[in-house]
Amino acid sequence: MSDLFYKTAVELSSLLIKGEVSSCDLTQAVIDRTRAVEPKVKAFLSYDEEDALKQAKNSDEHIARGESRGLLEGIPVGIKDIIAVNGERLSCASKILEKFNSPYDATAAINLKNAGAVLWGRLNMDEFAMGSSTENSAYQVTSNPWDLERIPGGSSGGSAASVAAGEAILAIGSDTGGSIRQPASLCGVVGLKPTYGLISRYGLVAYASSLDQIGPFARTVEDVAIFLQAIASHDRLDSTSIKTEIPDYRSALEQADRPWKLGVPSEYFSDGLDNEVRVAIENAIKFFAINGCEIVDVSLPHTDLAIPVYYIIATAEASSNLARYDGIRYSHRSDKAVDSIDLYFKSRAEGFGEEVKRRIILGTYVLSSGYYDAYYLKAQKVRTLIRQDFMKSFEKVDALLTPTSPTVAFKIGKCSEDPLAMYLSDIYTISVNLAGLPGISVPCGFNSDKMPIGLQIIGKPYCEADILAIAHKFERSHKFYSEHPKL
Amino acid sequence: MEYEAVIGLEVHVQLNTESKMFTRVAYNYGAPSNSLTNPVVMGLPGTLPVMNKGAIEKTIIVGLMFNCEIAKISKWDRKNYFYPDMPKNYQISQYDQPLCIGGEVEIELPGSSRNIMGLHRNVKLTRIHLEEDTGKSTHHALDSTLDFNRSGAPLIEIVSEPDMHSAEEAFAYLTALRTNLMCVDISDCDMEKGQMRCDVNISVREVGATELGAKVELKNLNTISGVRNGIEFEIERQIKALKNNEKIVQETRLWNAERGLTAAMRSKEEAHDYRYFPDPDLMPVKIEKETIERLRSHLPEIPFDKQRRFLADYDLPFTITSVICPDKRLSEFFEEAVALYNKPKPIANLIANDLLRELSAAGTEGTLPLSECKIGPKHIASLARMVDEGLISKQVAQDIFIDIFSTGDEPEKVVEERGLKQSSNTAELEDICREIIDDNPKPVQEFKAGKENAINALKGQVMKATRGKANPKIVDEILRKLMIK
Repeated sequence: MSDLFYKTAVELSSLLIKGEVSSCDLTQAVIDRTRAVEPKVKAFLSYDEEDALKQAKNSDEHIARGESRGLLEGIPVGIKDIIAVNGERLSCASKILEKFNSPYDATAAINLKNAGAVLWGRLNMDEFAMGSSTENSAYQVTSNPWDLERIPGGSSGGSAASVAAGEAILAIGSDTGGSIRQPASLCGVVGLKPTYGLISRYGLVAYASSLDQIGPFARTVEDVAIFLQAIASHDRLDSTSIKTEIPDYRSALEQADRPWKLGVPSEYFSDGLDNEVRVAIENAIKFFAINGCEIVDVSLPHTDLAIPVYYIIATAEASSNLARYDGIRYSHRSDKAVDSIDLYFKSRAEGFGEEVKRRIILGTYVLSSGYYDAYYLKAQKVRTLIRQDFMKSFEKVDALLTPTSPTVAFKIGKCSEDPLAMYLSDIYTISVNLAGLPGISVPCGFNSDKMPIGLQIIGKPYCEADILAIAHKFERSHKFYSEHPKL
Repeated sequence: MEYEAVIGLEVHVQLNTESKMFTRVAYNYGAPSNSLTNPVVMGLPGTLPVMNKGAIEKTIIVGLMFNCEIAKISKWDRKNYFYPDMPKNYQISQYDQPLCIGGEVEIELPGSSRNIMGLHRNVKLTRIHLEEDTGKSTHHALDSTLDFNRSGAPLIEIVSEPDMHSAEEAFAYLTALRTNLMCVDISDCDMEKGQMRCDVNISVREVGATELGAKVELKNLNTISGVRNGIEFEIERQIKALKNNEKIVQETRLWNAERGLTAAMRSKEEAHDYRYFPDPDLMPVKIEKETIERLRSHLPEIPFDKQRRFLADYDLPFTITSVICPDKRLSEFFEEAVALYNKPKPIANLIANDLLRELSAAGTEGTLPLSECKIGPKHIASLARMVDEGLISKQVAQDIFIDIFSTGDEPEKVVEERGLKQSSNTAELEDICREIIDDNPKPVQEFKAGKENAINALKGQVMKATRGKANPKIVDEILRKLMIK
């Protein structure tokens, strides 16, 4: 019988409804666990115990009246510090928003509140979601619960680590080039990036508008399914939000034993893929092959263009999205400025970290006069080719199986001197954002250092139900969720 | 050496939509500072724009009115630059796929005198696009303050070709823009309230030259007359410079209305690289043919067409049409009155002279709007009918107009109550006329000698004696009859 804080949301929901446990008890257990392991993990930028317990009490009252709002009622959910919650800090792990509190709720936050979830703390991340290790946070480095000297991945490192460490039952993050899937893989939890447009971006601090998506972290696929159900919705406030029928994701898991046709893209198994990771993924593929699925070799020929295309488009959009942090209205304002232009220079120089500055400069450059056609426009055209690669393969298969990350979590500090090396760690996740497709990472093993390895399943547009079912099929037989880091 | 000016105008007009361009917050002039804001307006982290459909339809209406080609697909682009009154430090605008392309605006130049209609010509347009407004900065001695009420309001930008050649043409163009835009009710075009703003591009070249001279951008032209005066000054300045063999610097100059001159902006004007790219938060707009046809079917008659029609159908002179036709409601008022009593000229006169005079006097700031006026077309029609049928004299009609305007009482009632009916009693009038003739031998003599005007003195006396109630036409007839004898 595992600790309360390591139970799944589905289990806990049942216990809560039956009255065997209260949300206050559950939340207190999560709080206690957090206090116990936070000195080691440092997943949270802040948390408010009193506020969490107040929410828990409210959930208990709903349940007592027989008015539970669903499976998330009373369940503590960690929030990446990039999603607006009314009255809470919204620093995006940057100094430039150090003193900023959001006066409004993100639509995803409203959905969580309406589902009765207990919103718990503000989770660490790479500054403005720019990074793959959470080392770019201006405040602290989060440790991977499986090995405290290693990174948890990024940019949603705090979200992944908190779920892996039992400091939250669920956590919400964001994914622009892999920022949910990669940390999920590195921390041994499940993370899903939905199809672009499925979850409203209103209230998600923008990094790259055409790539960003909010998504769920949990320890099991079923938990991810019920979490996704609560936050996927069309939103009038987001012009890129899609109007589509939201299926019952939890029921869709019953489709697990369909005879899936699963594609394996050859380009994802070349050099740079760590051997132990390769073996784990190949074993996963074998599992599907001998359990009623057909494995098909496919090719995504433009794969090696994904990283340059991403870094042109994402940085261009970011350079514009981050222009608003200027020291005038609500962001950090330097007190050393001599005039208004200087105010911009000094406030932004003081407020932004190195990686953010690097990407703003790069993005400004690719949009500048004389270079727009050669870089930004060209990159958008190649992006279409990348998407076409996927759509062509989907004519033959239902989903694709790939590694999530080329390696397991590396040591803190190892990559931070070499931004390019860091960029290359996104190789398997980035195309999925460029193509706007849904992708999930599910734990599929450990290496000899007991570091988690993740399997990525990429689906057709709006086919989250399919990739959840396929992931569920795998998880059901392997049960990696029952293993926890020793903290 | 003869020089000509080449002038293009960029006019920004605020649309009178209920909410701002990309978020549902109201916009109105004069609200307490920073009260018309929300997270989207303030560019808070995580906020997103949602396009105002009404603003797009109003822009299409303007485009149809000016014979523009309406884009089948239009999109939004970000114009990136830093300025304190820009909450996002980019403006959502339109770069290469604006809503309206080409088009033209008919303008009317002043005639050789007030009574004569001047030449009409068409000024070509380059494009019309939609964008969001910035906030407003006010500069003080030690600091500047920012008011974001205006930020995000929908603006259309109307860009003309460099197709004008004098301050007069520019003035006529602005006037025509105002009249047309007010006619389709998309803006009040009040320059003082910032609802219409104008930047001018001027260059000067030798007559006959094909290449354009160095272009100067003029800003800070805050009134329509400021536009004319500023252009006049700038053209003169440039011509003088060229005559002195000086080069014209391509720069931005600000019009200083108090001192009546333009001056180069102090800060060095670098060419802005706006790094335009399609806004990834907004979808491109597809405009269906049905939408265009629906909007086109609701287009009102444009003022110059009305002016031509009023001349043709009602035979009204320019002095009258130039006053009535630019005002849609006034024109409607006129035609409703004519529908009640078919005498266009007297009705037009009552409206253009008496009604407008009273409206102007009654307004607290400017003219009282017609909607707040107590009298309607039927009052005017009644007055015109009573004069025409000889029931009252023109003089009486003028006299009671002011009262009717302020009370809204029906003219028939007022005439009845005050016993103002014109006397056409021939017998009575004959007696009075005989008396006047007897008392005034000199004018009678002059009249009989051939001086026609002399009869007016006699007529005047009769009108005085009857306290204005005599029917002047009949008096005239009787006097002549008596004097011929």
